[in-house]
Amino acid sequence: MKNRSLQELSKGIFKENPTFILVLGMCPTLAISTTAENAFMMGIAATAVLVLSNLIISLLRKLIPDSVRIPVYITVIAGFVTIVQLLMKAFLPELNEALGIYIPLIVVNCIILARAEAFAGKNNPWYSFLDGLGMGLGFTLALTIIGTIREFLGSGSIFGLEIIKNIPMPTLFITPAGAFLVLGMLMALISALTHRKTEIKDCSECPMQCMSKDEKGKC
Amino acid sequence: MSGDTFKLIIYISFGAILMNNFVLTNFLGICPFLGVSKKLNSAVGMGLAVIFVMTIASVVTNLTNTYLLIPNNLEYLQTLAFILVIAGFVQFIEMFMKKVIPPLYKSLGIYLPLITTNCAVLGVALLNVQNEYNLWQSALYGASAGAGFMLATIIFAGIREGLDLNDVPKYFKGLPIALITAAFLSMAFTGFKGIFG
Repeated sequence: MKNRSLQELSKGIFKENPTFILVLGMCPTLAISTTAENAFMMGIAATAVLVLSNLIISLLRKLIPDSVRIPVYITVIAGFVTIVQLLMKAFLPELNEALGIYIPLIVVNCIILARAEAFAGKNNPWYSFLDGLGMGLGFTLALTIIGTIREFLGSGSIFGLEIIKNIPMPTLFITPAGAFLVLGMLMALISALTHRKTEIKDCSECPMQCMSKDEKGKC
Repeated sequence: MSGDTFKLIIYISFGAILMNNFVLTNFLGICPFLGVSKKLNSAVGMGLAVIFVMTIASVVTNLTNTYLLIPNNLEYLQTLAFILVIAGFVQFIEMFMKKVIPPLYKSLGIYLPLITTNCAVLGVALLNVQNEYNLWQSALYGASAGAGFMLATIIFAGIREGLDLNDVPKYFKGLPIALITAAFLSMAFTGFKGIFG
Protein backbone atom coordinates (compact mmCIF):
# COMPACT_ATOMS: atom_id res chain seq x y z
CA MET A 1 0.00 0.00 0.00
CA LYS A 2 2.68 2.41 1.03
CA ASN A 3 4.89 1.20 -1.78
CA ARG A 4 2.18 1.76 -4.36
CA SER A 5 1.58 5.31 -3.06
CA LEU A 6 5.25 6.13 -3.44
CA GLN A 7 5.29 4.58 -6.88
CA GLU A 8 2.32 6.62 -8.12
CA LEU A 9 3.96 9.77 -6.85
CA SER A 10 7.44 9.17 -8.22
CA LYS A 11 6.59 7.78 -11.65
CA GLY A 12 5.54 11.21 -12.96
CA ILE A 13 8.78 12.79 -11.86
CA PHE A 14 11.22 10.38 -13.50
CA LYS A 15 10.05 7.23 -15.27
CA GLU A 16 7.02 8.78 -16.97
CA ASN A 17 8.03 12.44 -16.94
CA PRO A 18 5.26 14.18 -18.92
CA THR A 19 7.61 16.47 -20.82
CA PHE A 20 10.75 14.44 -21.40
CA ILE A 21 9.36 10.92 -21.67
CA LEU A 22 5.66 11.19 -22.55
CA VAL A 23 6.27 14.34 -24.67
CA LEU A 24 2.99 16.04 -23.76
CA GLY A 25 2.10 19.72 -23.31
CA MET A 26 4.72 21.15 -25.65
CA CYS A 27 3.08 24.57 -26.09
CA PRO A 28 3.64 25.95 -22.57
CA THR A 29 6.96 24.12 -22.28
CA LEU A 30 8.35 26.08 -25.20
CA ALA A 31 6.54 29.36 -24.67
CA ILE A 32 6.93 29.99 -20.95
CA SER A 33 10.50 28.76 -20.38
CA THR A 34 12.15 32.14 -21.10
CA THR A 35 13.06 32.56 -17.44
CA ALA A 36 13.36 30.02 -14.64
CA GLU A 37 10.87 31.86 -12.46
CA ASN A 38 8.11 32.01 -15.09
CA ALA A 39 8.68 28.37 -15.95
CA PHE A 40 8.50 27.34 -12.29
CA MET A 41 5.30 29.31 -11.64
CA MET A 42 3.68 27.93 -14.79
CA GLY A 43 4.52 24.44 -13.54
CA ILE A 44 2.98 25.18 -10.13
CA ALA A 45 -0.21 26.54 -11.73
CA ALA A 46 -0.53 23.45 -13.92
CA THR A 47 0.19 21.20 -10.93
CA ALA A 48 -2.59 22.84 -8.90
CA VAL A 49 -5.08 22.28 -11.71
CA LEU A 50 -3.86 18.74 -12.29
CA VAL A 51 -4.09 17.70 -8.63
CA LEU A 52 -7.55 19.19 -8.10
CA SER A 53 -9.03 17.94 -11.37
CA ASN A 54 -7.62 14.44 -10.81
CA LEU A 55 -9.12 14.40 -7.33
CA ILE A 56 -12.58 15.60 -8.38
CA ILE A 57 -12.73 13.41 -11.49
CA SER A 58 -11.75 10.39 -9.43
CA LEU A 59 -14.46 11.16 -6.86
CA LEU A 60 -17.05 11.53 -9.63
CA ARG A 61 -15.82 8.62 -11.73
CA LYS A 62 -18.79 6.37 -10.96
CA LEU A 63 -21.33 9.12 -11.62
CA ILE A 64 -20.05 10.26 -15.03
CA PRO A 65 -21.66 8.42 -17.97
CA ASP A 66 -19.01 6.95 -20.22
CA SER A 67 -20.25 8.56 -23.44
CA VAL A 68 -19.95 12.14 -22.18
CA ARG A 69 -16.89 11.71 -19.99
CA ILE A 70 -14.52 13.84 -22.11
CA PRO A 71 -16.77 16.95 -22.11
CA VAL A 72 -17.32 16.47 -18.37
CA TYR A 73 -13.56 16.20 -17.74
CA ILE A 74 -12.95 19.35 -19.78
CA THR A 75 -15.63 21.25 -17.88
CA VAL A 76 -14.08 20.25 -14.54
CA ILE A 77 -10.60 21.20 -15.75
CA ALA A 78 -11.81 24.52 -17.19
CA GLY A 79 -13.47 25.31 -13.85
CA PHE A 80 -10.21 24.86 -11.93
CA VAL A 81 -8.24 26.78 -14.56
CA THR A 82 -10.65 29.68 -14.13
CA ILE A 83 -10.15 29.59 -10.36
CA VAL A 84 -6.35 29.60 -10.75
CA GLN A 85 -6.59 32.42 -13.29
CA LEU A 86 -8.76 34.57 -11.01
CA LEU A 87 -6.48 33.95 -8.00
CA MET A 88 -3.44 34.87 -10.06
CA LYS A 89 -5.07 38.04 -11.36
CA ALA A 90 -5.89 39.06 -7.80
CA PHE A 91 -2.68 38.17 -5.98
CA LEU A 92 0.09 37.92 -8.60
CA PRO A 93 -0.89 40.44 -11.29
CA GLU A 94 2.67 40.75 -12.68
CA LEU A 95 2.99 37.03 -13.17
CA ASN A 96 -0.45 36.89 -14.72
CA GLU A 97 0.72 39.50 -17.21
CA ALA A 98 3.89 37.54 -18.00
CA LEU A 99 2.16 34.20 -18.50
CA GLY A 100 -0.71 35.78 -20.46
CA ILE A 101 -2.92 33.44 -22.47
CA TYR A 102 -0.86 30.41 -21.45
CA ILE A 103 -2.72 30.30 -18.13
CA PRO A 104 -6.19 29.79 -19.68
CA LEU A 105 -4.52 27.47 -22.19
CA ILE A 106 -3.81 25.03 -19.33
CA VAL A 107 -7.32 23.76 -20.16
CA VAL A 108 -6.11 22.29 -23.42
CA ASN A 109 -2.80 21.10 -22.01
CA CYS A 110 -2.78 17.49 -22.98
CA ILE A 111 -1.11 16.29 -19.76
CA ILE A 112 -4.15 17.15 -17.66
CA LEU A 113 -6.80 15.54 -19.84
CA ALA A 114 -4.55 12.58 -20.53
CA ARG A 115 -4.16 11.92 -16.77
CA ALA A 116 -7.91 12.26 -16.24
CA GLU A 117 -8.58 9.76 -19.01
CA ALA A 118 -5.75 7.33 -18.32
CA PHE A 119 -5.69 7.44 -14.53
CA ALA A 120 -8.20 9.46 -12.53
CA GLY A 121 -11.23 8.01 -14.34
CA LYS A 122 -10.17 4.52 -13.27
CA ASN A 123 -8.46 4.81 -9.89
CA ASN A 124 -9.39 5.83 -6.36
CA PRO A 125 -9.05 9.45 -5.18
CA TRP A 126 -5.88 8.92 -3.12
CA TYR A 127 -3.88 7.39 -5.96
CA SER A 128 -5.33 9.93 -8.40
CA PHE A 129 -4.22 12.74 -6.10
CA LEU A 130 -0.69 11.29 -5.93
CA ASP A 131 -0.61 10.68 -9.67
CA GLY A 132 -1.62 14.30 -10.31
CA LEU A 133 0.94 15.59 -7.84
CA GLY A 134 3.73 13.44 -9.30
CA MET A 135 2.93 14.35 -12.89
CA GLY A 136 2.61 18.03 -11.96
CA LEU A 137 5.96 18.02 -10.17
CA GLY A 138 7.54 16.22 -13.12
CA PHE A 139 6.18 18.90 -15.45
CA THR A 140 7.38 21.66 -13.10
CA LEU A 141 10.84 20.08 -12.87
CA ALA A 142 11.14 19.79 -16.66
CA LEU A 143 9.94 23.37 -17.22
CA THR A 144 12.29 24.71 -14.57
CA ILE A 145 15.28 22.87 -16.08
CA ILE A 146 14.54 24.28 -19.54
CA GLY A 147 13.83 27.73 -18.09
CA THR A 148 17.07 27.76 -16.09
CA ILE A 149 19.16 26.74 -19.11
CA ARG A 150 17.55 29.34 -21.35
CA GLU A 151 17.75 32.12 -18.77
CA PHE A 152 21.39 31.36 -17.98
CA LEU A 153 22.52 31.10 -21.60
CA GLY A 154 20.37 33.98 -22.79
CA SER A 155 20.87 36.57 -20.07
CA GLY A 156 23.50 35.18 -17.70
CA SER A 157 21.25 34.94 -14.68
CA ILE A 158 19.38 32.21 -12.80
CA PHE A 159 16.03 32.94 -11.13
CA GLY A 160 16.73 36.63 -11.72
CA LEU A 161 20.08 36.44 -9.91
CA GLU A 162 22.86 37.83 -12.08
CA ILE A 163 25.74 35.39 -12.37
CA ILE A 164 27.67 36.48 -15.39
CA LYS A 165 28.22 40.21 -15.65
CA ASN A 166 30.04 42.26 -18.27
CA ILE A 167 29.98 39.48 -20.85
CA PRO A 168 27.30 39.81 -23.54
CA MET A 169 25.26 36.59 -23.63
CA PRO A 170 23.70 35.15 -26.81
CA THR A 171 20.13 36.47 -26.63
CA LEU A 172 19.18 33.79 -29.14
CA PHE A 173 18.32 31.55 -26.20
CA ILE A 174 15.50 33.73 -24.95
CA THR A 175 14.01 34.04 -28.43
CA PRO A 176 11.49 31.43 -29.68
CA ALA A 177 14.20 29.77 -31.77
CA GLY A 178 16.20 29.18 -28.58
CA ALA A 179 13.26 27.31 -27.07
CA PHE A 180 13.19 24.80 -29.93
CA LEU A 181 16.98 24.50 -29.86
CA VAL A 182 17.31 23.87 -26.11
CA LEU A 183 14.42 21.39 -26.03
CA GLY A 184 15.80 19.57 -29.08
CA MET A 185 19.23 19.23 -27.46
CA LEU A 186 17.70 18.07 -24.14
CA MET A 187 15.57 15.49 -25.96
CA ALA A 188 18.67 14.15 -27.70
CA LEU A 189 20.42 13.97 -24.32
CA ILE A 190 17.47 12.11 -22.79
CA SER A 191 17.38 9.61 -25.63
CA ALA A 192 21.14 9.07 -25.25
CA LEU A 193 20.72 8.47 -21.50
CA THR A 194 17.73 6.15 -21.87
CA HIS A 195 19.05 4.49 -25.04
CA ARG A 196 15.85 4.85 -26.99
CA LYS A 197 14.57 6.92 -29.83
CA THR A 198 12.27 9.80 -28.91
CA GLU A 199 9.36 9.39 -31.28
CA ILE A 200 7.26 12.28 -32.47
CA LYS A 201 3.87 12.01 -30.85
CA ASP A 202 0.85 12.22 -33.07
CA CYS A 203 -1.90 14.49 -31.79
CA SER A 204 -4.30 11.59 -32.11
CA GLU A 205 -2.90 10.32 -28.81
CA CYS A 206 -4.49 13.21 -26.97
CA PRO A 207 -7.96 12.28 -25.71
CA MET A 208 -9.09 15.84 -26.46
CA GLN A 209 -10.13 14.88 -29.97
CA CYS A 210 -12.60 12.34 -28.65
CA MET A 211 -14.96 15.22 -27.97
CA SER A 212 -15.98 15.17 -31.58
CA LYS A 213 -15.70 11.48 -32.25
CA ASP A 214 -17.97 9.66 -29.87
CA GLU A 215 -20.92 9.02 -32.17
CA LYS A 216 -20.72 5.32 -31.51
CA GLY A 217 -20.18 5.96 -27.84
CA LYS A 218 -16.59 4.88 -28.01
CA CYS A 219 -13.24 6.53 -28.38
CA MET B 1 -12.49 51.43 -47.89
CA SER B 2 -10.51 54.03 -46.03
CA GLY B 3 -6.74 54.05 -45.74
CA ASP B 4 -6.86 53.18 -42.06
CA THR B 5 -8.93 50.06 -42.61
CA PHE B 6 -6.54 48.94 -45.33
CA LYS B 7 -3.57 49.51 -43.04
CA LEU B 8 -5.25 47.50 -40.29
CA ILE B 9 -5.96 44.61 -42.66
CA ILE B 10 -2.32 44.50 -43.74
CA TYR B 11 -1.15 44.83 -40.15
CA ILE B 12 -3.34 42.01 -38.79
CA SER B 13 -2.76 39.57 -41.63
CA PHE B 14 0.99 40.06 -42.14
CA GLY B 15 1.48 40.16 -38.38
CA ALA B 16 -0.17 36.78 -37.85
CA ILE B 17 1.41 35.09 -40.87
CA LEU B 18 4.99 36.35 -40.78
CA MET B 19 6.07 38.48 -37.80
CA ASN B 20 4.24 36.66 -35.04
CA ASN B 21 3.83 33.33 -36.74
CA PHE B 22 1.45 31.27 -34.67
CA VAL B 23 3.58 28.16 -34.51
CA LEU B 24 7.11 29.51 -34.62
CA THR B 25 6.84 32.48 -32.28
CA ASN B 26 3.69 31.85 -30.22
CA PHE B 27 4.15 28.06 -29.97
CA LEU B 28 0.46 27.44 -30.52
CA GLY B 29 -0.39 24.27 -32.41
CA ILE B 30 2.97 22.58 -31.89
CA CYS B 31 1.46 19.13 -31.74
CA PRO B 32 -0.21 19.08 -35.19
CA PHE B 33 2.82 20.98 -36.51
CA LEU B 34 5.21 18.24 -35.42
CA GLY B 35 2.87 15.30 -35.80
CA VAL B 36 1.29 15.80 -39.20
CA SER B 37 4.07 17.51 -41.12
CA LYS B 38 5.83 14.35 -42.28
CA LYS B 39 4.29 14.46 -45.76
CA LEU B 40 3.71 17.52 -47.90
CA ASN B 41 0.21 16.40 -48.95
CA SER B 42 -1.11 15.95 -45.44
CA ALA B 43 0.49 19.25 -44.43
CA VAL B 44 -1.60 21.04 -47.08
CA GLY B 45 -4.81 19.29 -46.01
CA MET B 46 -4.12 19.97 -42.35
CA GLY B 47 -3.28 23.60 -43.08
CA LEU B 48 -6.57 24.17 -44.91
CA ALA B 49 -8.49 22.52 -42.08
CA VAL B 50 -6.75 24.76 -39.55
CA ILE B 51 -7.57 27.94 -41.52
CA PHE B 52 -11.19 26.79 -41.71
CA VAL B 53 -11.54 25.92 -38.02
CA MET B 54 -9.72 29.02 -36.79
CA THR B 55 -11.86 31.39 -38.85
CA ILE B 56 -15.06 29.76 -37.65
CA ALA B 57 -13.83 29.58 -34.06
CA SER B 58 -12.95 33.28 -34.14
CA VAL B 59 -16.42 34.20 -35.40
CA VAL B 60 -18.42 32.04 -32.98
CA THR B 61 -16.35 32.98 -29.95
CA ASN B 62 -16.57 36.67 -30.84
CA LEU B 63 -20.37 36.39 -31.06
CA THR B 64 -20.52 34.40 -27.81
CA ASN B 65 -18.40 36.97 -26.06
CA THR B 66 -20.22 40.06 -27.38
CA TYR B 67 -23.81 38.88 -27.11
CA LEU B 68 -23.77 36.36 -24.30
CA LEU B 69 -20.90 36.87 -21.87
CA ILE B 70 -20.37 40.65 -21.77
CA PRO B 71 -24.06 41.68 -21.39
CA ASN B 72 -24.42 39.25 -18.47
CA ASN B 73 -21.09 40.13 -16.80
CA LEU B 74 -19.83 36.61 -17.28
CA GLU B 75 -16.44 37.38 -18.81
CA TYR B 76 -14.73 35.18 -16.26
CA LEU B 77 -16.38 32.16 -17.91
CA GLN B 78 -14.63 32.90 -21.22
CA THR B 79 -12.29 29.92 -21.20
CA LEU B 80 -15.04 27.45 -20.38
CA ALA B 81 -17.59 28.96 -22.77
CA PHE B 82 -15.12 29.23 -25.65
CA ILE B 83 -13.93 25.67 -25.47
CA LEU B 84 -17.44 24.24 -25.34
CA VAL B 85 -18.72 26.49 -28.14
CA ILE B 86 -15.77 25.67 -30.40
CA ALA B 87 -15.98 21.93 -29.76
CA GLY B 88 -19.74 21.87 -30.34
CA PHE B 89 -19.56 23.95 -33.49
CA VAL B 90 -16.75 22.01 -35.11
CA GLN B 91 -18.50 18.74 -34.36
CA PHE B 92 -21.63 20.08 -36.02
CA ILE B 93 -19.66 21.13 -39.11
CA GLU B 94 -17.98 17.76 -39.28
CA MET B 95 -21.34 15.98 -39.26
CA PHE B 96 -22.75 18.41 -41.83
CA MET B 97 -19.74 17.96 -44.11
CA LYS B 98 -19.90 14.18 -43.89
CA LYS B 99 -23.56 14.13 -44.97
CA VAL B 100 -23.63 16.93 -47.53
CA ILE B 101 -20.17 17.25 -49.08
CA PRO B 102 -18.43 13.85 -48.75
CA PRO B 103 -15.47 14.69 -51.07
CA LEU B 104 -14.60 17.71 -48.96
CA TYR B 105 -14.95 15.61 -45.83
CA LYS B 106 -12.47 13.10 -47.22
CA SER B 107 -9.78 15.67 -47.93
CA LEU B 108 -10.39 18.06 -45.04
CA GLY B 109 -12.74 16.51 -42.52
CA ILE B 110 -10.38 13.82 -41.29
CA TYR B 111 -8.20 16.53 -39.77
CA LEU B 112 -11.06 18.25 -37.96
CA PRO B 113 -11.16 16.07 -34.83
CA LEU B 114 -7.40 16.49 -34.44
CA ILE B 115 -7.60 20.25 -34.17
CA THR B 116 -11.01 20.92 -32.64
CA THR B 117 -9.75 21.89 -29.27
CA ASN B 118 -6.01 22.19 -29.42
CA CYS B 119 -4.21 25.17 -28.00
CA ALA B 120 -3.99 26.98 -31.35
CA VAL B 121 -7.75 27.21 -31.73
CA LEU B 122 -8.48 28.25 -28.16
CA GLY B 123 -5.43 30.52 -28.34
CA VAL B 124 -6.76 32.44 -31.33
CA ALA B 125 -10.09 32.97 -29.55
CA LEU B 126 -8.33 34.30 -26.43
CA LEU B 127 -5.98 36.52 -28.44
CA ASN B 128 -8.96 38.05 -30.27
CA VAL B 129 -10.37 39.10 -26.91
CA GLN B 130 -6.99 40.28 -25.62
CA ASN B 131 -6.43 42.41 -28.74
CA GLU B 132 -10.02 43.72 -28.56
CA TYR B 133 -10.79 42.80 -32.17
CA ASN B 134 -14.34 43.24 -33.45
CA LEU B 135 -16.15 40.63 -35.55
CA TRP B 136 -14.46 41.10 -38.94
CA GLN B 137 -11.06 41.74 -37.37
CA SER B 138 -11.41 38.50 -35.39
CA ALA B 139 -12.34 36.55 -38.52
CA LEU B 140 -9.36 38.04 -40.38
CA TYR B 141 -7.01 37.31 -37.50
CA GLY B 142 -8.28 33.73 -37.27
CA ALA B 143 -7.83 33.14 -41.01
CA SER B 144 -4.36 34.76 -41.00
CA ALA B 145 -3.22 32.78 -37.97
CA GLY B 146 -4.36 29.63 -39.76
CA ALA B 147 -2.51 30.70 -42.90
CA GLY B 148 0.61 31.27 -40.78
CA PHE B 149 0.26 27.76 -39.40
CA MET B 150 -0.15 26.38 -42.93
CA LEU B 151 2.92 28.23 -44.22
CA ALA B 152 5.11 27.00 -41.36
CA THR B 153 3.81 23.42 -41.64
CA ILE B 154 4.33 23.23 -45.41
CA ILE B 155 7.91 24.55 -45.22
CA PHE B 156 8.60 22.20 -42.34
CA ALA B 157 7.14 19.20 -44.18
CA GLY B 158 9.32 20.01 -47.19
CA ILE B 159 12.44 20.13 -45.05
CA ARG B 160 11.55 16.90 -43.31
CA GLU B 161 10.96 15.02 -46.55
CA GLY B 162 14.54 15.95 -47.43
CA LEU B 163 15.74 15.14 -43.92
CA ASP B 164 14.54 11.54 -44.27
CA LEU B 165 17.29 10.96 -46.83
CA ASN B 166 20.02 12.25 -44.55
CA ASP B 167 22.10 10.40 -42.02
CA VAL B 168 21.04 11.89 -38.71
CA PRO B 169 23.12 11.05 -35.58
CA LYS B 170 21.56 8.13 -33.72
CA TYR B 171 20.19 9.93 -30.67
CA PHE B 172 18.95 12.89 -32.69
CA LYS B 173 16.57 10.77 -34.76
CA GLY B 174 12.87 11.50 -34.40
CA LEU B 175 11.82 14.37 -32.18
CA PRO B 176 15.20 16.03 -31.38
CA ILE B 177 16.15 16.73 -34.99
CA ALA B 178 12.60 17.90 -35.74
CA LEU B 179 12.83 20.43 -32.89
CA ILE B 180 16.24 21.65 -34.05
CA THR B 181 14.91 22.04 -37.60
CA ALA B 182 12.03 24.05 -36.16
CA ALA B 183 14.60 26.22 -34.34
CA PHE B 184 16.27 27.17 -37.61
CA LEU B 185 12.90 27.82 -39.23
CA SER B 186 11.94 30.02 -36.29
CA MET B 187 15.23 31.93 -36.63
CA ALA B 188 14.42 32.56 -40.28
CA PHE B 189 10.99 33.91 -39.37
CA THR B 190 12.56 36.26 -36.82
CA GLY B 191 13.90 38.08 -39.88
CA PHE B 192 10.41 39.35 -40.66
CA LYS B 193 10.23 41.29 -37.40
CA GLY B 194 10.46 45.00 -37.82
CA ILE B 195 8.98 45.12 -41.32
CA PHE B 196 6.60 47.84 -40.11
CA GLY B 197 9.27 49.57 -38.06
